[in-house]
This record gives sequence, structure tokens and C-alpha cells, in this order.
Amino acid sequence: MLFAVLAGFIVSILYIPFGRFLKGKLAGLAALLPISLFAYFVSFIPAVSDGQRVTFHQPWVPSLGINFDFHLDGLSLLFSLLITGIGSLVFLYAAPYLRGHRYLDRFYAYLSLFMAAMLGVVLADNVLLLFIFWELTSISSFFLIGFNNDNAASRKSSLIALGVTGGGGFLLMAGLVLMGHLSGSYSIQAMVETNEYLKNHVLYGLILLLVFAGAFTKSAQFPFHFWLPGAMKAPTPISAYLHSATMVKAGVYLLARLYPVLGGTDYWTYPLIIIGGITMLYSAFHSIFRTDLKGILAYSTISALGILVFLIGIGTPQSLLAASVFILVHALYKASLFLITGVIDHETGTRDITQLAGLRKVLFPLAIAGLLAALSSAGLPFTFGFIGKDLVYEATLHTDGVMPIILTALAVVTNIFLLYAGLLAGLKPFTGQLPDRYQRIHLPSLLMWAPPLLLALLGIAFGAFPAIADASLLNPAASAMINKPIDTPLKIWHGFNLVLLLSGLTLALGAFLYLMRKPSASGLDWIERFNNLSPKHVISQLTHYVRHFAIRYTRTLHNGLLRVYLLRIVVFATLLLAFRLFAGGNIYLLPGYLTPLSVYEIAVVCILIAAIYLTVTSSSRLTVVVATSVIGYGMCLLFVFYSAPDLAMTQFTIDTLTVVLFVLVLFRLPPFLNFANRGARIRDWVVAATFGAIITLIGIQVLNQSFDDAVSKFYGDNAYILAKGKNVVNVILVDFRGMDTLFEIVVLSIAAIGVFSLLKLKLKASEKE
Amino acid sequence: MELLLVILLGVLYAAGIFMLLRRSMVKLLIGLILLGNGANLMIFLAGGITRGKPPVIDDAAKLFTDIYADPIPQALILTAIVISFGLQAFAIVLLKRVYVLINSDDLDDLNTPEEEDI
Repeated sequence: MLFAVLAGFIVSILYIPFGRFLKGKLAGLAALLPISLFAYFVSFIPAVSDGQRVTFHQPWVPSLGINFDFHLDGLSLLFSLLITGIGSLVFLYAAPYLRGHRYLDRFYAYLSLFMAAMLGVVLADNVLLLFIFWELTSISSFFLIGFNNDNAASRKSSLIALGVTGGGGFLLMAGLVLMGHLSGSYSIQAMVETNEYLKNHVLYGLILLLVFAGAFTKSAQFPFHFWLPGAMKAPTPISAYLHSATMVKAGVYLLARLYPVLGGTDYWTYPLIIIGGITMLYSAFHSIFRTDLKGILAYSTISALGILVFLIGIGTPQSLLAASVFILVHALYKASLFLITGVIDHETGTRDITQLAGLRKVLFPLAIAGLLAALSSAGLPFTFGFIGKDLVYEATLHTDGVMPIILTALAVVTNIFLLYAGLLAGLKPFTGQLPDRYQRIHLPSLLMWAPPLLLALLGIAFGAFPAIADASLLNPAASAMINKPIDTPLKIWHGFNLVLLLSGLTLALGAFLYLMRKPSASGLDWIERFNNLSPKHVISQLTHYVRHFAIRYTRTLHNGLLRVYLLRIVVFATLLLAFRLFAGGNIYLLPGYLTPLSVYEIAVVCILIAAIYLTVTSSSRLTVVVATSVIGYGMCLLFVFYSAPDLAMTQFTIDTLTVVLFVLVLFRLPPFLNFANRGARIRDWVVAATFGAIITLIGIQVLNQSFDDAVSKFYGDNAYILAKGKNVVNVILVDFRGMDTLFEIVVLSIAAIGVFSLLKLKLKASEKE
Repeated sequence: MELLLVILLGVLYAAGIFMLLRRSMVKLLIGLILLGNGANLMIFLAGGITRGKPPVIDDAAKLFTDIYADPIPQALILTAIVISFGLQAFAIVLLKRVYVLINSDDLDDLNTPEEEDI
């Protein structure tokens, strides 16, 4: 199983060296990967429908509790089959769709990567492993959404999608780590055992909040739904794959997977019902105003995701079964509709629903597929959608208290809108009079029309013969969520009851809406007027302000003036040092011991201070250079007084050299200009003087410390014995620390090379500008 | 005497910082030199000052018989002086180069803010 998950990653790497061979007619070969994986997962159906669970364990980082633990039960299998099955069709479909595209190999590499990551998400048993794959789906979908990377809107959408899902993933990670930490194991199956402890823990609410944040952002729940319509900028096969069947369902999967761990409490139920309810109604309502086919599909997908979250929130066995049926129903008809839209877009060059009509005459197989998918989405009897919708109503009706009325009403209204949206996308482009400009359209290659038709037919087949899927796939999926066996055969006919009445009502009202209302640009304009209130607008405004704040902040801090940077650094250092100095209390104001003064020394210090004063105040460059050299010589005298003859010699030599260099190189420069105004000078003086005072204080503190002279004693004692030298300073430099001195010489040589080349460098006239 | 030297140390630092904050490149360089001297003095003081007892062993002896000045700060300062000379020499020549190029000693003339749209 490890190989099955990793195969996609391996293949996507193989595309780097070998991808270019797959660009031509062989592109369809890429589908071998998902097809073989699909076959592999199909082979698990008998075992899983018997209630077995396949597990796989491979240590990875056992010390951190991260292992390659995979776990295949009904829920994982349902998702794995969707991922690989729809994946196979999308891989095949994309070959003619993107024929001759410059980056076709890249496309397949991203798609394989994405598929592998998705499989990892639905198979991982270790929450940290799940999180890793979760993030990989965000990253690979970033590449897929931004696949048309020469289009600014496409790049922006992919960034928004990454930002939203990545942000949610970050919170999810915190939630998962918290769960693992509290329950003592990162394995979901182990957490199921200890779920009572988690549910009663003080941090249960926080865990839920974090997990919900992850699931809602990924599954495009209100108010994070806006990335999904934006993601429609991707080529249609990608939208079909990511946004109908797989990635957006990852959040739903997560909720379903964690239901036995965290679910069933009021804190679980109400937020999910409320958010799911808002999402399904809000976006179903939005979908009927869209005129772009993909826009319609995007909003109806969000609505479907809302329904799924809503059902998982209700959390009765019926609702969970309804959820697993609806996952399959929706994946089948929505992927089909997306693929049909792709063909329409590919052949006519537009997705504007107001422009499209009568395409059945030229794209007949697709018209069949569209009709069947629309019927399934509408939930006509003998389609799979009918069973799905029935189960949804059944689930909402069997709740407690006043809930059935509210929830059922919500579901009915949502379904009416969805029905309308489904008919709009699946039926509208094919009915009516074919405009002249589309007369010459030909049916594209088999690989483009067969996949949607196959999916739509499957929707009908499952609907007519629900026994194909119920015991083998859907009941195990629901029982995995509720963690006990479920055996409810799906039925086409429930008898005359309230559910049937509601279904009929939905159909009638939806069909009525379809007949009465024509999609138009004015409807779109009307709904666009509320854009200022939409979460997308609010969030993009917010990012806009953050960006402006960042720009202003950067411009203030990073204004390009060296002295301002220095000023800030010095002030900050002063504050830090002062804090450290005064926070400790107990400051010495005098050195711990004082050697007596002598006249010479006082004279030298006076000369030094006078020279410093001159250096700072003089406006003549030469005076300043001379005064600086006086400071150097003064230091030299201090070294002489205090037993450092080597230092005195070095300082003398170096100082002389510096002055010579200064005068040779700079004597022709004009006198100093006094740039600063009085205020700035005073400010600089205050800063500099404070810093100097702090340094003096630190010096005094240092002089009050006793220090360990073991190292000095070692050098003193061993200078002659070990190194045969009597001048200890010299011995340290050339013997004990000889290597350091060697490197110092290297540094000096480099400086010398620099000086030499700068002096010799002759500039061309053009470079003097 | 330590008190005087510690005050001198503060004055060197203050003057160095003040010069660093000026707009003229030459003053910036002088500021660096002053700070360097200040740092040397700091290290020197921290090791304790001893008058007239250089860390050199008598010709006749193999070991110190008397107290002697701490050799470690001296070794450190010696290195520091030499390295700072390298720095100064390079900076002076660089400064000359800049002056030849832009004919100004003003640091602000060196600014070419990146004119990109953030």
C-alpha cells in the first residue's frame, strides 16, 4: 500500500527526465498510473465489504510518533476509488484537451503528485502523516490552479487558494498535534478508542475549532468559500478533478474520518449544521445568477459540500449514510458536468450560458451525458441522485425537536436551486436553436466525450440498480464513520410517504424555476451589487490594508539613510544595555580599585580629550586627520605607561601609516560641509553621550569583577618552557595562537589586494556617470 | 587612574558614535577609528592595568619572578589594531574612489533607492 501511495510521487519525478517523450500522441499513456491504481483499489472491495480493515505499518520517525500507517476501510476505499477512478478519466480526457500544450508533461506531473497526495490523505491513519499529505494537496493544487501561469488572474486565484487552504492547514496542524498529544497516540484508530477522554477534555472546544478551520477552508465552506470560484481559472480537467471529486472533498473526508473521534456532541453538531446550512443555501442561491458555466458549477459544488458538512453535522446513521451516498452521487454528476463544460469551452471558445444553445446537433453524445448528469443532479427517479436526495430528506426528517422542519425546509430550498443549476449546466447548452456560428463544430476525440458519458451513465446505473454499490461500498463507508456495522440496503422505492412528496415538490419547483427564469447578465449584475458585503471582498480589503501597512512600515524603517539606521541601532543597543544594567540593581559608580595618579598620565588623558574634541568639532579635514593621529599617539603613550611595549610599537607604526595614507589619498578633498541642522546635531549628541555614559558604566562594572587569570598564568608560565620565547605577547601571537595570526595575515593580504586594485582601477568615461 | 581611563573610554565611544551619525563619509570613517580605539581601551582596561611590568621574562630567568601585566588583552589588542588598519586602509581608498566617481563626500548622494513598485 505504501507503494500505491508513493507511486504518484515517483511518477511525477520521472516526468522531469522523461516527460518530454509523453507530449505527443503518447500523452494518454499517463493514465496508466491512475488506471492501475484504480484496479488495485477495486481488488479491495470484497474484503472491505466483509467488514475487514486493511492496515499497513512502516516506521518513519518513530521517536516523534510519525509513521507510515495506512488504514483502508469503507470510507477510505470510497474516496480512493473516486480519486483513482475519476483520476483515470481526467488523465485520459486531458490528453486531447491539452494536446500540444507546451507544459503537458508538467501538467501530468502535477496531477500525479496531486493524486498521490490525495490518496495519502484518505489512507493515512497517522494524523501527522495525514497533515503532510494534506499540505501536499494544497501545494500541488496551487500549481494546478495556476497552470496557465501567463495569466495574471490565474496566478492570483492560485495564490488565494493556497493562502486560504494553507492558512487552514496551519490551524489544522495545531488541532491534530493537540489531539495526538492529549490522547497519547497519533493514530486515528487509537484515538477512536480513547474518544471519551478527548470529548470530555477542557481543550475539546479548541480542538474542534482548529479542525473545523482546516476542514472548512479546504472544503470551501462559508465564509472561506471564495477561493473555489476563483480556482475555476484552471484548465477544466483540473476543475473537474480537484473541485468536484477530490480536493474540496478532503475537508469533508476529514470531518467524516474524525467523526468517531470527535463527533456526536453538541459542539460538533451545531457548528457543522449552521455552517453547512449557510454554505449550501448561500451558494445554491448564488449559483442561479451565474452565467459562466464553470461559475454555476463552482457555486453548486460549494453548495453540495455544504450539504455534506451539514449531513455529517447531523450525525445520525441515516445522515452519515446519506453523506456517503451523496459523495458518490455528486462526484459522478459533477465531474461529468465539468468535463462536458470543458468540451463546450474547447469547441466553442465560450462558457457563457447566454450564448450557448442547440449544441445537441453537433455534440450529440455530450448532450446525452449532459441530460443524464442533469437528471441525476435533479434527482429524478431511477437516477442515483434520486436516492441521494431521498436519503438527505430522510436524514433531516429524523432529527429531534423542531429541527426536522427547519432542516428539511433548508434542504428542500437548496435542492431546488441546485436542480436549477444542474439543468442550466447540463441541459441549457444543448437545447434550443443552434446559432450559425456553431454549425461547423465537430465532435472531439473519443477520449473527450466518453469520460463524461461514462460518468453520467454510472449515475444512472447506480440509481437503477443501487444494489451494485450499497453493500459493497456505501454501507462500509458509513459504518466506518459511525464505527459500527450498518446494513441498510438502498431502495429506489420507499412507498408513498413524506419523502416522496418532498422530492416531487423539489422537482416541480426546480423545473418551474428552470422554465420561467432565463439566465441573463442583468441577474449577474444584480448579485454583483452585494459584492461589497461578501467575505471575499472583506478579506481582500483586509489583505490590502495589511499590505499597505507593510509598505509604510518598510518605507519608514528602510528609508535608505545610513545614519538613520545607525541611530536606531545605537538607540536600541543603548536601551538594551541600560535595561540589563539597571534591571540588576546594585550598580557600582567607582572602579573597585584605583591605581594612584601621576602627572604624565593626567597630561596624556587631557591631550587625548582635547584631540577628541578637535576631531569632532573641526571643519578642516586636515585638522581632523591630525587630531585623529594625536589620539592614536596618545593611546600609544598609555600603552607605554601600562606595560604594553608591543602594543605601543604597533600602534605607533599603524597610526603613522594611517595618517600618511589619509593625507596622500584625501588631502585634496574640500573642507567638510556641515549638512546637519542644529536639532539633528543636538539629538545625535544626546544619543552619543548617553551611549558613552552607558559604556563608561559598563567599564566600571567590569573593573569591579574579579576575573579568573588561569589562562594568563598558563601563558606566562609556559612561554619559555614550551615555546622558548621570553616576550609572552609575541609567544602567544606567533606560537600558541600561530594559526590565528596566519589567518590575520591572510585578511591583511586581501585588504592589500583590495587597496591596490582600487587604486589601479581606471574607469571608462561612461562609467563615471 | 582607572576612573580617568574609564571616562576617557566613554568619551571615545560617544565621539565615535557622534561621528558615525554624520552625513560625511570621511567623518564616518573617523568615527570608526575612534570606536576602534575605544574598544581597544576597553579590552585593555578589562584586563587590569599594571604600571611598568611588561609581560617579558627576564633574560636570566625562565619564569616570571615578579608580577607582570596580563598578556592576553595585549595579544588581542595587537590583533585588533592590525586588522583595523586593514579596514581603514581599504575604507580610505574606497572613499577616494567614491569621491572620484560621484564628486561628493555626502552619503546621501550614494542613495539610489530601488524604484520598484512594491
